[in-house]
Amino acid sequence: MINQNKDRAFLWVYRTYVAAFFVFLAGPLLAAGMFAFNDSLFPALPWQGFTLDWFFNDTEPKLGMFHDRRLLRGLYYSAIIATSVSALSVFVGTCNAFLFVRGSFPAKDFFYILMILPLVIPGVILGISILVFASNIASALENNFGMELEFLRPGILLVVLGQFAFVTTITSLVITARLKKFDEEMEEAAFNLGASRARVLRTITLPFLSPALIASAIVAFLVSFENFNTTLFLVGSEAPLTITMYDRMVKVGSTPVLNAVSFFLMVGSGLLALLSVVVQSDKAKSKA
Amino acid sequence: MQKDIKRLSLILLFMPFALWIVVLIALPHVGMVILSLQEKIAPRVYQYSLHNYIEFVNEPIYWNTLLRTGSISLLVTVLALLIGFPVAYYIAKIAGFRTRNGLFLLCLIPLWVSDLIRAFGWILLLRETGIVSGLLQWTGILGSPMEFLYNDAAVIVGLVYTVILFMIVPLVSTIDGMDNSMIEAGYNLGGNGFTVLRKIIIPYAMPGIVAGCIVVFMLTAGSYLTPILLGGKNSSWFTEQIYDQFITRYNWESGAAFGFLLLAFTSLVVWLGLKLSGQSLSSTVAKS
Repeated sequence: MINQNKDRAFLWVYRTYVAAFFVFLAGPLLAAGMFAFNDSLFPALPWQGFTLDWFFNDTEPKLGMFHDRRLLRGLYYSAIIATSVSALSVFVGTCNAFLFVRGSFPAKDFFYILMILPLVIPGVILGISILVFASNIASALENNFGMELEFLRPGILLVVLGQFAFVTTITSLVITARLKKFDEEMEEAAFNLGASRARVLRTITLPFLSPALIASAIVAFLVSFENFNTTLFLVGSEAPLTITMYDRMVKVGSTPVLNAVSFFLMVGSGLLALLSVVVQSDKAKSKA
Repeated sequence: MQKDIKRLSLILLFMPFALWIVVLIALPHVGMVILSLQEKIAPRVYQYSLHNYIEFVNEPIYWNTLLRTGSISLLVTVLALLIGFPVAYYIAKIAGFRTRNGLFLLCLIPLWVSDLIRAFGWILLLRETGIVSGLLQWTGILGSPMEFLYNDAAVIVGLVYTVILFMIVPLVSTIDGMDNSMIEAGYNLGGNGFTVLRKIIIPYAMPGIVAGCIVVFMLTAGSYLTPILLGGKNSSWFTEQIYDQFITRYNWESGAAFGFLLLAFTSLVVWLGLKLSGQSLSSTVAKS
């Protein structure tokens, strides 16, 4: 009896701890989000009343995020970069999955480690190494052949390549995990029924993989959108949103329009993350 | 014929992988090391030397910053494990089925919220005019506004906050796979809660623990925004030194040397961690 009470007390303390953890998790995000709706020029208490001005107002000093040209341009570049990174990394990730699940070749374990490695290289180092490499090529071409290759200088292409370099490890791992669960007899059956290789891939293998393809595309998009460290060294004049926001924070200080952007990004990334989880859990149910 | 097709498709699959690893990872890192071994002796004239590394050794600020970054990163990793493990265990084993999915989702949804927004949230909470200071004044604990930002404690709290979900998610996945009967057997054989934790649960969760620790350590050591925004001008973080050399002073040779040192240092710590725990990269990071 005493033991049971002790257990109950322990469980109660344990639950409080977990609850406190989730409060800790939510606190800063709530703080960043709520001041987007405060009718004040500063993101601080006291609460001055509810407003949507920081999203939609079109005049200074309360210029809303949807009328702020620089922020909108940042959002636009972020979207372009994230879409490219997502498409590229899902394509290469799919190739990698087939390579490592189906292929047999010498030193496979070594190459598999190589595939994981980019994930454990600090983003800053990925950024500077690609910057140095691209600049070396550009300078060599310029000095020896007089070619001016603008795209090898910091700019959108380098940002995409820099993010792609480590995002591909994530997509490869997600798609590999799914492909490992594939029952190859399904393909055999289709071959026996006379289907061509391409048709089997299109009608059987890829549909099976699609939850992993969608989920990894979403994750790649999100990782690219929020990336800062790698991007910082590769960015040219087309700054994505995180860079624009950081710039604003350092130069202007915190203004509620940054809260509005934060709120917008948190809701957007939260919904996409939720979608990626739902897509992947549907597969579990249909399998069971 | 069939064999040739197989070979051809293997080569075709290998191409994107090879391009990705060679062009975006291997060559840039080799280029970075070569650059770090160059010394500028006159405008546009360089010679190979260890000058940049010698300068690092001779200037205490540099290696102190690296040591500080390393030790704070280790501390943050340990804290994230200590705080995160009970939460992960609760989600995986204690909570009922519904609560479990709900809580896990609460961990997955904010996973990809950018460091920038997280740091911004902490700034709004901790600064002199922030929410914490305001609440403490309102309750009468503080007589006047107080600055909680720009000290090591703020940096550590912010870093733990930024990375802890990357500890919890792999832990939940690993502990979730554990059979409850193993824990019961431990109790039936007369073990108390602590023995069961030490002899059964922790060994079983080891791959998840190591995976979480590696990712968290790399993210922390390579982080840029959180130490700078929450620690202020004197945060002395090594990535800041790299940025300073590269962008502010335009001293790429020395920046490359710093980058290589950070990479070597973090790789050494990860390698030691893997050796001590008897795990490998593919048994840990690749699984999470």
